[in-house]
Amino acid sequence: MSDFFTVSVLLATVAAGIRLAAPFLLAALGETLGQRSGVLNLGVEGVMLLGAYGAYYATLRTDSVLLGILVGLAVGAFMGVVYGVVTLALKAEQGISGIGVFIFGLGLSDLLFQRQVGTPTPIDGLRDWEVPLLGGLPWIGEVLFHQNVLVYAAFLLVPVLWYLIYRTPFGMNVRAVGETPEAADSLGVSVNGTRYLTILIGNSMAGLAGAALALELGIFQQNLTNGHGFIAIALVYFGAWRPAGVMAGSLVFGLVSATVLQWKTLGIVAGTTASIVGMFPAVLTILVLVIVSRRTGAPSALTRPFERGR
Amino acid sequence: MTKLTRSIVRSAWVVVLAALALVTAACADEDTRGRSPDDPIRIALVAPSASNDLAFTQSMVDSLNRLAEEYEITIDVTDGTFVIEDAAVAVRSYAEDGFDIVLAHGSQYGGSLSEIAPDFPDTVFAWGTSRDTFGLSNVYSYSVASDEGGYVNGVMAAHLTDSKVVGVVGPIEVGDIKAYIDGFVNGVDATDSSVTVNVNYIDSFSDVALAAEAAQAHVEAGADVMTGVSQMTVGATGVAREHGSLWFGAQSDQTPLGEEIVVASVVYSWEYQLRQIVDDMLAGEVNGRVIVADLANGGLTMVYNPGFSLSDEVKSAADAAEAGLKDGSISTGVQ
Repeated sequence: MSDFFTVSVLLATVAAGIRLAAPFLLAALGETLGQRSGVLNLGVEGVMLLGAYGAYYATLRTDSVLLGILVGLAVGAFMGVVYGVVTLALKAEQGISGIGVFIFGLGLSDLLFQRQVGTPTPIDGLRDWEVPLLGGLPWIGEVLFHQNVLVYAAFLLVPVLWYLIYRTPFGMNVRAVGETPEAADSLGVSVNGTRYLTILIGNSMAGLAGAALALELGIFQQNLTNGHGFIAIALVYFGAWRPAGVMAGSLVFGLVSATVLQWKTLGIVAGTTASIVGMFPAVLTILVLVIVSRRTGAPSALTRPFERGR
Repeated sequence: MTKLTRSIVRSAWVVVLAALALVTAACADEDTRGRSPDDPIRIALVAPSASNDLAFTQSMVDSLNRLAEEYEITIDVTDGTFVIEDAAVAVRSYAEDGFDIVLAHGSQYGGSLSEIAPDFPDTVFAWGTSRDTFGLSNVYSYSVASDEGGYVNGVMAAHLTDSKVVGVVGPIEVGDIKAYIDGFVNGVDATDSSVTVNVNYIDSFSDVALAAEAAQAHVEAGADVMTGVSQMTVGATGVAREHGSLWFGAQSDQTPLGEEIVVASVVYSWEYQLRQIVDDMLAGEVNGRVIVADLANGGLTMVYNPGFSLSDEVKSAADAAEAGLKDGSISTGVQ
């Protein structure tokens, strides 16, 4: 265990934890906004897969990471439009629709990959970027300011989303339609219009999260996200529907995962013990969810479709 | 509708369904037993990951395609069946459709196969990696002495590491994967006992992101040479490329994942097992048994990246290890 408590290993672990947390954070922040307006999207995983494939394919064909990021966002936005029509216009049950989106994303991303690419082909993805001045700070600089741009973007979006939800008229409308849509409607707020917008933003962020994963890894493979989207949804509950809480949950999940990986690498845990320790992130998430669910409630109108006069 | 009418309608449905079942069964029998010697052998493959995963599934798909150059066969593939229940449905469907040989390519499929195979005595089933036929004459199991390939890779890794630290990214500690990794560790140790080998099983066959972070952890721990098994290693090779670490592949030729870093790959050539199963079938002597591929019988081959300039000294050490394993003068030390 003494091998773990060295400066270099601890710094590497924290840096890895932050890197691992970023895709969860991007997707979970988007889902937070959607859920605050009363819309649950269990299809985050599927949107992430499509965003990941879109970003990967665009980068593969053009060598432009920026275009890859934009395609990831655009694919997410398109899926947001689809999900909005299905759940708001057609009033389909949100849970089932979300599962449908997941299965659709899983299947389509794999089909496109098989048809258009075939064998996993590496791309030059996102490189770490050292923030000028800050990157040179001892210890902190190495951990916090030697990451790729989408990691910075994920963490910068936390205060942005907080401001959007708590300090803007749009955020007030989001909270209102998520808690008492009838009251919001009586005050002239467009409930479905607000929800369309949150779904669009949320799905765009899910697409961006997928892009972050594919471009960080520099590769795409069938089911690349491997459950990231579902964990992101859990992290929304973990964070009690607050951007800072979601960030804390993502960091805990990332850091615990990175710590377990380091322990295995250094031989601190092995065999059955390693497998048991490997479950820590999931077990911790469940424990926190149990505690959080007793203390805070979900938005009152979550999963409830809005129909004027009913 | 009166009670009598409802009863008549229900009875009619039962008769129609029974007739359909009989017709289906008759067609299935015709497909299975009616194959003339001139008909191509119909082989179905059910595999957990993608056909082009550059790992376990692709190694079998490639082998089947090579087999098609020797035999009159048709191949049908259902891949991506990580969910065992899905795989079981596919295996049963292929058997019902009259395929001659159904390959359940994954050690996780054994339980399902042991239940399905007795229902189709005229269909030949094969599964692996495993060494269990459930005592059924129509079930072959195939395995591979992956520890031998791991050992040869380990010998080269010990020669090539400058930092004296080597990293291994594994999925789950089972079967041929554990054998490969244990063989690799022993190969390194037998060549240079001062080299440290860090092994990290990430407990997932498919988590590419976690594999990448495991490789990153190895790099942080000083590893300049790495290896890994299963389809999730595409994440680890990305990290190896980024840091210029050398990489040893397993299962399939992984050179396309990094022509500048991949030294060699241990390739599973399943033709060795498939050829025996097909020959048994053609001779009408189906006799379910365990078939193990190794370096000596050609079921396991070392494939070197032509783009990587391997020194004569290292290549000679690898060749000597391979020859020793083939003639039995060297043991991998893996039980």
